[in-house]
Amino acid sequence: MPYIPNLIFIIILVLGVYAFARNVSKLKRNIKLGQDVDVSDNKPQRWKNMAMIALGQSKLMTRPVSGFLHVVVYLGFIIINIEVLEIVIDGILGTHRIFSFAGSLYAFLIGTFEVLAVLVLVTVTIFWLRRNVIKIRRFWSAEMTTWPKKDGNFILYFEMILMTLFLVMNATDLDFQASNSGNVISQYIAPLFSNYSESTLHIIERAAWWLHIIGILVFLNYLYYSKHLHILLAFPNTYYGKLQPKGQLNNLESVTNEVKMMMDPNIDPFAAPAEGTPEVPAKFGASDVQDLNWVQLLNAYTCTECGRCTSECPANQTGKKLSPRKIMMDTRDRLEEVGRNIDANKGTFKPDNKQLLDDYITREELWACTSCNACVEACPVSIDPLSIIIDMRRYLVMEQSAAPTELNNMMTNIENNGAPWPYNQMDRLNWKNE
Amino acid sequence: MSELLNVPTMADFMAQGKQPEVLFWVGCAGSFDDRAKKITKAFVKLLNKAQVEFAVLGTEESCTGDPAKRAGNEFLFQMQAVTNIEVLNAYEVKKIVTACPHCFNTIKNEYPELGGNYEVMHHTQFLKTLLDEGRLTIEGGQFKGKRITFHDPCYLGRANNVYEAPRDLIKKLEAELIEMKNCKRTGLCCGAGGAQMFKDAEKGNKEVNIERTEQALETQPDIVAAGCPFCNTMMTDGVKAKEKESDVAIMDIAELIANAQDL
Repeated sequence: MPYIPNLIFIIILVLGVYAFARNVSKLKRNIKLGQDVDVSDNKPQRWKNMAMIALGQSKLMTRPVSGFLHVVVYLGFIIINIEVLEIVIDGILGTHRIFSFAGSLYAFLIGTFEVLAVLVLVTVTIFWLRRNVIKIRRFWSAEMTTWPKKDGNFILYFEMILMTLFLVMNATDLDFQASNSGNVISQYIAPLFSNYSESTLHIIERAAWWLHIIGILVFLNYLYYSKHLHILLAFPNTYYGKLQPKGQLNNLESVTNEVKMMMDPNIDPFAAPAEGTPEVPAKFGASDVQDLNWVQLLNAYTCTECGRCTSECPANQTGKKLSPRKIMMDTRDRLEEVGRNIDANKGTFKPDNKQLLDDYITREELWACTSCNACVEACPVSIDPLSIIIDMRRYLVMEQSAAPTELNNMMTNIENNGAPWPYNQMDRLNWKNE
Repeated sequence: MSELLNVPTMADFMAQGKQPEVLFWVGCAGSFDDRAKKITKAFVKLLNKAQVEFAVLGTEESCTGDPAKRAGNEFLFQMQAVTNIEVLNAYEVKKIVTACPHCFNTIKNEYPELGGNYEVMHHTQFLKTLLDEGRLTIEGGQFKGKRITFHDPCYLGRANNVYEAPRDLIKKLEAELIEMKNCKRTGLCCGAGGAQMFKDAEKGNKEVNIERTEQALETQPDIVAAGCPFCNTMMTDGVKAKEKESDVAIMDIAELIANAQDL
């Protein structure tokens, strides 16, 4: 039965890819629970942003140490995928190192992968030390407990194991070692196995090969449950990221229609709305994930929990409860909960007496924001936590009239006097003569 | 001194059938806050000196709606915006200059979608063009060699990518421009934005303006330069809280230039 390994491989591969595709479709379904938003404008700029920010990692380098380390792992990941391609072809066809016909080019490629594997091992170890030994502050915030904390380490262990398996696989491949080309690193690992018989070595090599590819498939399916999802979503997220100046908050068209109606004496407020007039939304602002737009939900799934936003946030730096990272994590957690609810109720959402506001994000957090855009600037993948904060404030103010008293006073002043302070508009030019 | 200030209104210009070169949007702080009024006057002196034909709206000006929008009151914001745009469009205003980054950001970025399209400049950008065109000259005067650090207003810097105009002006004063550890893109907020100016801060270990003041004082400045009336207030309060008000002055860029000219 010489074809059994091929068959087993194909079954594992299909199962792995199928499970992944299912996760992706669930992801798409959840993101589409958000309100529609038009992001079809300025395509050249959007492609450019994606190329620079996601592919080019430009914003990561604002922190040179973690930025450099990240680039190493990123390059390692991308380039080693060529090796994964070979593994997949070998697995399906039952061949061994099918690309080796390329001779010196193959040797060069494999040599590069080996060096990268070591570099990735080193960087991942440094990452682990930063998290667990040096205890860099942004990895120890209040929201970085339980799963987020474990997840961060799991990813590092995964990468350590995958890289080790790759190197062991090469070191125990007798033909590959005998050819003595491309084994730049594994030739130093091979002596560790010199006491083993040829058949044992073959078993170790095969085991490493199988574990490596199974590990990759498991990792692929782990993505959905992990902050590591950013390796995929960073691309669409930077494409759909905000193009307007950071200070520009979006215009609520539903409000514009209301305001126009209020200010135009010729409009009959009781007339039936003209055809094509957008309907007044069920609510102003956002109290739950379905009120946010799909780009904001995509943002939430893209968040890598790196905490650069939170460590730049002035409110967070001065000990307030607000953490922009937590805003994104809460949005994702709630969205996942809504998704599970829909799955459990045959495709429709059954009200669960919970919402993003209060059950996840508190009012105290929302009101602590100075809208300074430090979090937006800091995000390496174009996430905009501020837009969620503003949408939730809009709900608090326009639906619940629940602004802090002082802000209500300020707004009353603007309404009555045209200034946030209680001064008469007629006194606006008094400074001229003072 | 006040009789030296020439401050025509748009209505004055209209009565003469003329259009000013630029509308000076004073803003609520610039109109009512005692500290900010000094910035307003300093800027007017510079406009007068450079013989810029400008006008203000005076009693026809109203809050842009910025704090309402950021607090979440989109209704109130749009009511303010639509009313202001009606006035501005009635006067056929083309170009606006303002000393408040919040007014600057709102009129520049948020009014167009509601029908208000103007060329909007921050006063530091406008002063820079006056300088480049040779309409205004700057001499270092009393600020020559002084250590000046510039606090980036969030709504000028990160929000609109204006970092260089204020710095260029400080350099023209022949002063020593020193940067804080957080500057430009990573500039730390003064704590007033997002309508925080009008409420108490949430519970924390420290006020944001104290944190920022500490960063400013670390540079051992003679002067902390600001480009926003709200930042000015927050930094002034911070320096007072640190009991450094006799050593360190908080001044708007317009004041620096006006003082350098002994205006």
